[in-house]
Amino acid sequence: MRIMPCGDTALLLEVGSLPEVMSLHASLSAAGLPGLLDLVPAARTVLVRFDPQAVSAAGIRRRVERVSHLPEISGRWDTGGRELVEIAVRYDGPDLEAVGELTGLGAAGVVAAHTNQMWTVAFGGFSPGFGYLVGTDHRLHVRRRDTPRTSVPAGSVGLAGEFSGVYPRSSPGGWQLIGQTDAPLWDVDRDPPALLRPGVRVRFREPA
Amino acid sequence: MSLVVVRPGPLATVQDAGRFGHSAVGVGHAGAADRAAWRLANRLVGNDEAAAAVEITMGGFAVRATHPVTVALSGAACPVLVDGRPSRHVEAIRLDAGTLLELGVPERGLRSYLAVRGGIEVTPVLGSRSTDTMAGIGPAPLVAGASLPIGQALHQIPAADVVPLSLPGELTLRVLLGPRDDWFTLAAIDALLGQPWTVSADADRVGIRLQGAPLGRRRRDELPSEGCVRGALQVSGDGMPTMLLSDHPVTGGYPVIAVVTDVDTDHAAQARPGTTIRFRRR
Repeated sequence: MRIMPCGDTALLLEVGSLPEVMSLHASLSAAGLPGLLDLVPAARTVLVRFDPQAVSAAGIRRRVERVSHLPEISGRWDTGGRELVEIAVRYDGPDLEAVGELTGLGAAGVVAAHTNQMWTVAFGGFSPGFGYLVGTDHRLHVRRRDTPRTSVPAGSVGLAGEFSGVYPRSSPGGWQLIGQTDAPLWDVDRDPPALLRPGVRVRFREPA
Repeated sequence: MSLVVVRPGPLATVQDAGRFGHSAVGVGHAGAADRAAWRLANRLVGNDEAAAAVEITMGGFAVRATHPVTVALSGAACPVLVDGRPSRHVEAIRLDAGTLLELGVPERGLRSYLAVRGGIEVTPVLGSRSTDTMAGIGPAPLVAGASLPIGQALHQIPAADVVPLSLPGELTLRVLLGPRDDWFTLAAIDALLGQPWTVSADADRVGIRLQGAPLGRRRRDELPSEGCVRGALQVSGDGMPTMLLSDHPVTGGYPVIAVVTDVDTDHAAQARPGTTIRFRRR
């Protein structure tokens, strides 16, 4: 793990893989770090924001190093006992045929691969309630669209690189859209407001 | 009790300290852009420093009091009129019921804060009353006719407050290099610290885009998106830095060459287009 300064109120921790990020984030969340304001997991990094009035940069660095040396931080990640969310998807997205060709699975094969694997929310950050989901089946890895759409409708289910995701609200976006859901992804009046939070597991299914 | 907005000016929003702890689900901090000025306005009317106030961009704001209230202004100094009579910046102003408070355009600086005794008590969203202009969370930007409810006063109004206030025409901001300074050439580090930068017209609560000689990169590969902070100097593909401010996205995909110290980001929040900024290492 590499620890980099990020101004006088944060440290940026870089690791080698997404599973390591997820396990580091889980351990840091559970460690009760003093003066911690926020943790931001991303693809290869966890940003640790702290209150410099409550803890020094050197102090939080020592605590982070201690957490990261625990034996369970080794890229393994236990998904047992975590919340499971089911999301019903109408697989009629404008890029479904293209993804079928890119992957060689055909449209029906894409739907089967998307619904037959367990997804896990790795991190958020693109917009409120958006979760980057990682699966277990590598056949669905596809590149982004060459030209991003200026407006992707809320509820669109997409694929990009190693990730799947659902747009909580209408926004520009370059993901390959394979379907549409009515699942309530984001509601500020609900606790917690986000359906998809880091660590939550997700199963997609076709409507009954 | 409330204040009713008569004119919002170019942009007026309700701001407090911001919302924390929701980054992992994509919700940023928002909050007052110049936190020092926001805290000062609250102090002047005897509020808790965390009370919500109005952040006014480039003046032009007017409100009417429905009941007798005490208010104070801080940050960028605007000409102030109370029912047409000149009043003062950075001191408590008593408004009678029906009084109109009007702000002109500041000569220097960009953001002014209007605190009201008792604080503005719009409904909090995820623990904060701040408007996040990028994520669309919190109260909507203020429009004419908007009513701002006022809370209970907690403390005495201080008899006097030492109010140091200066907004220089040129800003020098302290930075710490990193986290991605190793993605840039040594010449780029020298250029960041050596040249004057100009605030472009592309400056809002999300970030301040700077103009100068471009910063060259040593690495050209894609950076996977990573968490970023207020004050980060994110360098886009054309070599120009953008300094992130209160409503910045939670993650960004451009390498951050250096980060402005937390205290100095308040000064940066007063930089209007055309302002010269210099960076020096802390």
